[in-house]
Amino acid sequence: MSAVHVSTNINGDDVEFVCRPDESLLDVLRDRLGMTGSKEGCGTGDCGACSVELDGRLVCSCLVMGAEVGGHKIETIEGMAQGDKLHPLQQKFLEHAALQCGICTPGFLVAARNLLERNNDPTETEVRYWLAGNLCRCTGYDKIVRAVLDTAKDMRKSAAKSSAKKPAAKKKAAPKKTAKKGARHAA
Amino acid sequence: MRYEAPDTIKAAVGLLSKAKGTSRILAGGTDLLVQMRSGMIEPDLVVDIKSIPGMREIVAEKGGYRIGAAVSGAELEEHGKVGKMWPGVVEATNLIGSTQIQGRATMVGNLCNASPAADSVPAMIAAGATARVVGPKRTRDVPVEDIAKAPGKTSLAKGEFVASIFLPKAPARTGSAYLRFIPRTEMDIAVVGAGIALTVNAKGVITAAKVSLGAVAARALVVDACAKAIIGSSLDDEALDRLAAAASAAAKPISDKRGTVDFRIKVAGVLARRAAVIAYDRARG
Repeated sequence: MSAVHVSTNINGDDVEFVCRPDESLLDVLRDRLGMTGSKEGCGTGDCGACSVELDGRLVCSCLVMGAEVGGHKIETIEGMAQGDKLHPLQQKFLEHAALQCGICTPGFLVAARNLLERNNDPTETEVRYWLAGNLCRCTGYDKIVRAVLDTAKDMRKSAAKSSAKKPAAKKKAAPKKTAKKGARHAA
Repeated sequence: MRYEAPDTIKAAVGLLSKAKGTSRILAGGTDLLVQMRSGMIEPDLVVDIKSIPGMREIVAEKGGYRIGAAVSGAELEEHGKVGKMWPGVVEATNLIGSTQIQGRATMVGNLCNASPAADSVPAMIAAGATARVVGPKRTRDVPVEDIAKAPGKTSLAKGEFVASIFLPKAPARTGSAYLRFIPRTEMDIAVVGAGIALTVNAKGVITAAKVSLGAVAARALVVDACAKAIIGSSLDDEALDRLAAAASAAAKPISDKRGTVDFRIKVAGVLARRAAVIAYDRARG
């Protein structure tokens, strides 16, 4: 089995790794790169605990081959908090006690962020359908759904505030990552 | 196992033609990686087709759309225009799996995995879709119903793969729909699926129809008797009764943990009827 050399970008950092051709992206993240935030629940795309973004698209990293991510952009749970500052979704998950054992939580956070980047005003039904591929055996989902809806509410508030303050925000001046996400909002 | 990501169809066909042992195409990977993981297959060669130009594109062609083999369900939905022309096909494809699965899974993968319960397949068949098969000898366009042969088996020869699906231009006043029965609301495999496309004239009389049933035989069925049952009618109750009876008569299912033979036969008729009503309303705008 010949090893594959892959150059990719994870959470904004250029990363290189070597893997066996039959390894999943999840295997690579956890076992080769030491990024153990993404969890393996089922390994067959049913539970969503390994959710990551691949070129902005929510996917199960257990159903992506490590060999195929060369030249693509990956976002994992490790890129969610900025240093000590939690992402608003992470903060709301804590406030709403939207986790118990925590195994499913990284997947839920990555999936919920992907939803809110596309739609910052989802209905409860939209949240539940979007997160239908993330299984949680502890919480019964209600607290998770409430935390996501509450985050969306805050996001809309702060979006309204910032657009009132500076109506012509300069995209160019924004850091690279924000600019990319801004573009995704617009799309 | 070898992983290759060729950037032309010719190179991909070359790799597949020369390969010894088991070869698999990688597009979305949502079936392939599960099968590898479970030990169902141990491929010697995996050919990732996503670097080949066109594989991830939807292009307008002859009034219809050509959909590359690696276009995901989410991309298909976001396109918008395909769903406007053939809502049955796009809705069926979007029923498959979760948000995460939709980010990767493809119609061509659904077709070539050759599960009798594949949701997008009856919908594509009803729409008159063709698969473009590329291979070492020639390129051929094959009706979607002729790709799957039996569970897990396709009619593709060594070295061949499906490069795209072509959805023809929908005639004026055409409607399509796909319905499936599952024991819950999301994330399950069809117990029965029914795809239908029909065209009506200005008076609302059905002039053409195609009906396909999934999960009631070894592969998706084309049921001409269902089409005959409603052509010439305005989908009145009698026509719907004939349609349901024809669908039930055509169903040759097995009993398994998802449903019994009797249940599937009955539900085939119920779903054909309900899908026809939706398609008819869509056709009449």
